[in-house]
Amino acid sequence: MRHGKRWIAAAAVLATLAATGCSGSGGGDGKVTLSYATWSDDQKPAMEAIAEAFEDKHPNIDVQVQVLPWPEYWSTLQVGAAGRTAPDAFWMLADQFPAYAKGKQLLDITDAVKAAGVDLAAYPKAVLDLYDVDGKLYGLPKDFDTNGIWFNKALFDKAGVPYPNENWTWDDARAAARKLTNPAAGVWGIAAPIDRQGGYYNSIYQAGGKVIGDDGKATIDSPEAIAGLQFWTQMHADGLSPTLKQLSDTEAVQMFMDQKVAMYFSGSFWAQRLYGDQALRPHVGVAPLPKAKQRATMISGILNAGYAGTKHPKELAEFLIFASGKEAAVIQAKSGAVLPAYRDTQQGWLDAMPEFNLKVFVDAVAYSVPLPIAGDAAKWTGLETQYLGPAWEGKQSPADAARAYNTAINEVLAQ
Amino acid sequence: MTTDVASPPSRQRTRRRGGGLLPAPGWGYLMIAPALVGLVALYVWPFLTTFGKSFMDVPAFGPGTFTGVDNYTDLLGDDRFWQALRNSALYTAILLLGVPLAIVLAALIEQVGRGRALYRVLFFLPVVTLPVAVSMVWRFIYNGDFGLLNYVLSLVGVPGQYWVADATFTIYAVGVVGIWMSLGINLIILGAGLQAIPQDLYEASSLDGAGRVRQFFRITLPLLSPSVFLVTVLTVISALQMFDLIFVMLRSVNNTALADSKTIVYLFYEKAFVEFDQGYGAAIAIVLLMVIMAATILQFRLQRRWVFYD
Repeated sequence: MRHGKRWIAAAAVLATLAATGCSGSGGGDGKVTLSYATWSDDQKPAMEAIAEAFEDKHPNIDVQVQVLPWPEYWSTLQVGAAGRTAPDAFWMLADQFPAYAKGKQLLDITDAVKAAGVDLAAYPKAVLDLYDVDGKLYGLPKDFDTNGIWFNKALFDKAGVPYPNENWTWDDARAAARKLTNPAAGVWGIAAPIDRQGGYYNSIYQAGGKVIGDDGKATIDSPEAIAGLQFWTQMHADGLSPTLKQLSDTEAVQMFMDQKVAMYFSGSFWAQRLYGDQALRPHVGVAPLPKAKQRATMISGILNAGYAGTKHPKELAEFLIFASGKEAAVIQAKSGAVLPAYRDTQQGWLDAMPEFNLKVFVDAVAYSVPLPIAGDAAKWTGLETQYLGPAWEGKQSPADAARAYNTAINEVLAQ
Repeated sequence: MTTDVASPPSRQRTRRRGGGLLPAPGWGYLMIAPALVGLVALYVWPFLTTFGKSFMDVPAFGPGTFTGVDNYTDLLGDDRFWQALRNSALYTAILLLGVPLAIVLAALIEQVGRGRALYRVLFFLPVVTLPVAVSMVWRFIYNGDFGLLNYVLSLVGVPGQYWVADATFTIYAVGVVGIWMSLGINLIILGAGLQAIPQDLYEASSLDGAGRVRQFFRITLPLLSPSVFLVTVLTVISALQMFDLIFVMLRSVNNTALADSKTIVYLFYEKAFVEFDQGYGAAIAIVLLMVIMAATILQFRLQRRWVFYD
């Protein structure tokens, strides 16, 4: 039995290798095949439409969209790159980017972009900055996301609390969460997970703090940053959020969709999923994140990047430029999947879900901050639960947790 | 009779000469070549590279630098490594509790006349189900707020728990799933062992007045011991390699229990594929190999005391 299993596994591996080999090399009729790896089933139709639009213009190129499951995406990509079998084009995230850029795994398309006359000003500068290494371009932004308050109008109405608005401060958010929390009904005012991008990074910058200082070292233990963490830990201390254990068993977004939490601070990328829930749709509202000392939201975005070891660098560069270009952006916007990065194409996204006040996310670009990235980001962000969890659970003060985490981050950065 | 015995060898000899392309051993090697190539490519070569990498500092991409036994000394001084080793040991111990359970169940299934196959299929289903799908279902069962388990417990007045988000329970909760998943394969092995026990032994012993329980301990268990031994060895090996259940059931950024519940292979995955520290990951893999080897050798030593071969 065990041997049988192994042989099946071996055959599967060989079959996979053979398949990858074929897709990389293309046929003998001069036709070039490019693979394009993504992790989103939601976005697959839009990505295929973009691939088709590209093939119409380049009849000799065949683009194959592959969806890899998210939990395996990065290990598959890394193993593929190390084994020279990586997909030609793929989605890249800012915290993974430095390792790939430094490891020379990404196709440098600086010259191709220049030759094609691409206007870089068409992309949000904060997103371009996320992927800037020595002034070289290793891809172009596909989309971007900012954060806001997703709130449940029905729960606000029931509690007699006015909806969040653009003048909200932290105190307003806290007061509202208090009024909205109704243990008898199993309703909490807010979901307070340990969430960098949608949660505590935003509040750290709103309080005037920074995660990584100008000298490249962690500053998550500054008084401002600690205040930013405290915004969340206090929600737990006051019982205004489901506990961390509850949020571990049931994701915050699911709690929001189950109408168990009235507010969920998170990204524009949930729009399509929330909109797709017919029962929930009429109750969903969007507002800007509350401000403290200042307004701030993280901005991040996916990069369409290419593999340096591709057999077809010229065609790949053409595809990457197209996939992040205006025509592709319009296709993405219409699908409602994400906010396209290209200038003035966001209207299509807003029009796709007119009942939601999604303009909040586009306007947020004006006060957005690039997601803080430094050194081996995937390594130190992986430590956040271990160090910040005790503060969220009330076992440690936010200040102590912040100091311990700060030391741990700096240790990773010093390696 | 004489001609019958004499003719086959001569026929063989002529056929071999007629083939004549390769000397006799050559054919043998040619026949096993596909298996050998697979073995070398999929097991021997990866093992050698892993062994080599465990003495190097290997970045995410590109060649590594030789660092001697640094990875191993780091490993021995790493609290997380020791904790992972303890977790894996605890998980293995829990899974071994599944062996007596499997023996009893296998014996009971043998008693079933009609419908025995149905029971076998039912118990075997988890084995052929994707571990990820299994883990997802168990995640729902263990959910602290809406889970089936807590609901059932509430009916009998037992307070519910966050089974996979509270480090007090995680390894046990995962262990139960592990037992459930491995039960089917154990039942097959033990069932085959039971069927090999000659019926006349039972008949003879019942004539001597032995009851069912006495028969189980005096006949079934001793004669089943080789199968039990096999099941035990396989259980220990697969339990020490457990990764997927933790990966699917516990992995959430909000799960503070995960840090205390990592198994040795989960730690390996995290080091090698999340943190891109392949040298350190390789060292973990080599240490795990040695642990499994030691555990297996120990079991083979101990078997002399309790395994009965007739």
